[in-house]
Amino acid sequence: MSRAGPGHVVIALSDVSYSYGDRPLIAGLDLSLAQGSFHFLTGPSGSGKTTLLKLCYMELLPTHGAVSVFGTDAATLDRDGVARARQRIGIVHQDCQFIDHLTVSENVAMPLSVAGRDPERERENLAELLAWVGLSGHADARPPQLSGGERQRAALARAVIMSPDVILADEPTGNVDWEMSERLLMLLVQLHKMGKTILIATHDLALIRQAKGHLQARVLRLREGRLQSAGSDL
Amino acid sequence: MTRPDPALLRMPDPREANRVVPPTGIAAWLTVFVSAAMAFLAVFALALLFATSRLAERWSDELARTATIRISAPSEQMAAQVAATLRVLDQTPGIAASRALDDAEQRKLLEPWFGPDLPIDTLPVPRLIEIVEDPEGFDAESLRLRLRAEAPGAILDDHTRWRRPLIAAAGRLRTLGWLALALIAGSLAAMVTLAASASLAANAKVIDVLRLIGARDSFVARAFTRRFTLRAMAGAAAGTLVGMIAVALVPRSAGSTAFLTDLAFRGAEWLAPLAIPLLAGFTAFWTTRIAALRRLRETR
Repeated sequence: MSRAGPGHVVIALSDVSYSYGDRPLIAGLDLSLAQGSFHFLTGPSGSGKTTLLKLCYMELLPTHGAVSVFGTDAATLDRDGVARARQRIGIVHQDCQFIDHLTVSENVAMPLSVAGRDPERERENLAELLAWVGLSGHADARPPQLSGGERQRAALARAVIMSPDVILADEPTGNVDWEMSERLLMLLVQLHKMGKTILIATHDLALIRQAKGHLQARVLRLREGRLQSAGSDL
Repeated sequence: MTRPDPALLRMPDPREANRVVPPTGIAAWLTVFVSAAMAFLAVFALALLFATSRLAERWSDELARTATIRISAPSEQMAAQVAATLRVLDQTPGIAASRALDDAEQRKLLEPWFGPDLPIDTLPVPRLIEIVEDPEGFDAESLRLRLRAEAPGAILDDHTRWRRPLIAAAGRLRTLGWLALALIAGSLAAMVTLAASASLAANAKVIDVLRLIGARDSFVARAFTRRFTLRAMAGAAAGTLVGMIAVALVPRSAGSTAFLTDLAFRGAEWLAPLAIPLLAGFTAFWTTRIAALRRLRETR
């Protein structure tokens, strides 16, 4: 699995199709995510945005075509290989997905633990990260005690603690108010400026318009199983 | 924005992967309870094993070292045949001692059937000679040949006929003890598998989260195996302790032949039950690991 450099394709989907049973959801789709790029993926509900993200982080394998992650065909990766690749991908899930009986700081630091790194040596970084996402006062809280926006920010902190090459976010602003959406967007913009590759699935067009003032993002529209480029303007 | 004090942050401990599994739930208590109950029963099965081993050994030793000669002869030849038999026994290698039972001893042997007033001296009752072997033992076949030549009325009974079924019975009891231990281990494995499967199903979300953030199967499996191994060992330790106390409290009989009252551990045998918690942990570790890896293969 290759290390990514600027302009290097980190995730590529070639002629990818995916069907749930007999119902095709994605058909003959091509997509390349270059290192350092910023993409919005939009489309109506049920158009396959979440499925496309799952193909990118290998929770699903295509029924046709190939998904290449960091230069390796996802279909050839064994379970440990998938785990190693995911350690380089930060995922912000639609419903955040936390381990509810652990504290926010434990949840955010958990990727370090599963990767075999000593979380004790990352205390300073974790403190910085919690402050960066505005959760300094919630480090000892349990995830169910957080508001929707706080949960999204905690999920973002967890997604970036391993300094991944790619960040995939599924409706990161789905359950938060406009002010919080803007704040989350600014965090993602900062990550992009650090060279991270970012793909955000959202149906929040206002968020995309808001992003326009801060960066050059490519907007992809998923319709009837195919990607259409909506250009960088919306 | 102020940042939290790094020293106060609660961090995941890689050595305690089991913390990712919620510490409560019915599966937790089921594992502890079943392990305790199975360990308690295992202590008794072990005590049964030791008791049957001792019994088989005792029957084997005691019965193998004694034999009897019965002399049936006309009354005028009886004394001569007894003397000839004792002479042959004196010269036979492997016999430590031999003596003819006197009238009082023979009357006592027959007392349960004929009462205390049996006129034994007027009846044609065979004379009995008791033989005690030395540890090497004697050759029964050659002794029979010599007796046939020198005391035709003498019949050697080396107890083989009735010793064999007793030893076989003790052996079967011992087999039953092993079988009971195997069943207990199997039941524990089945119950831990059920409890682990229930816990894995209840914690499907935790597993999904761990896979999502890049956890390998070994990490996830370790979280569950560690939790269940520790619970099984804790439950088994408690059950073993209670079982050992219960065995120690079984009433003892003064006689050495009683079996039920010999259900006990002696000397170094008391160390054997201490292996039960370790074996319970070993069983729980592997059953949970197999269940966890099977469950994980259902996801990507």
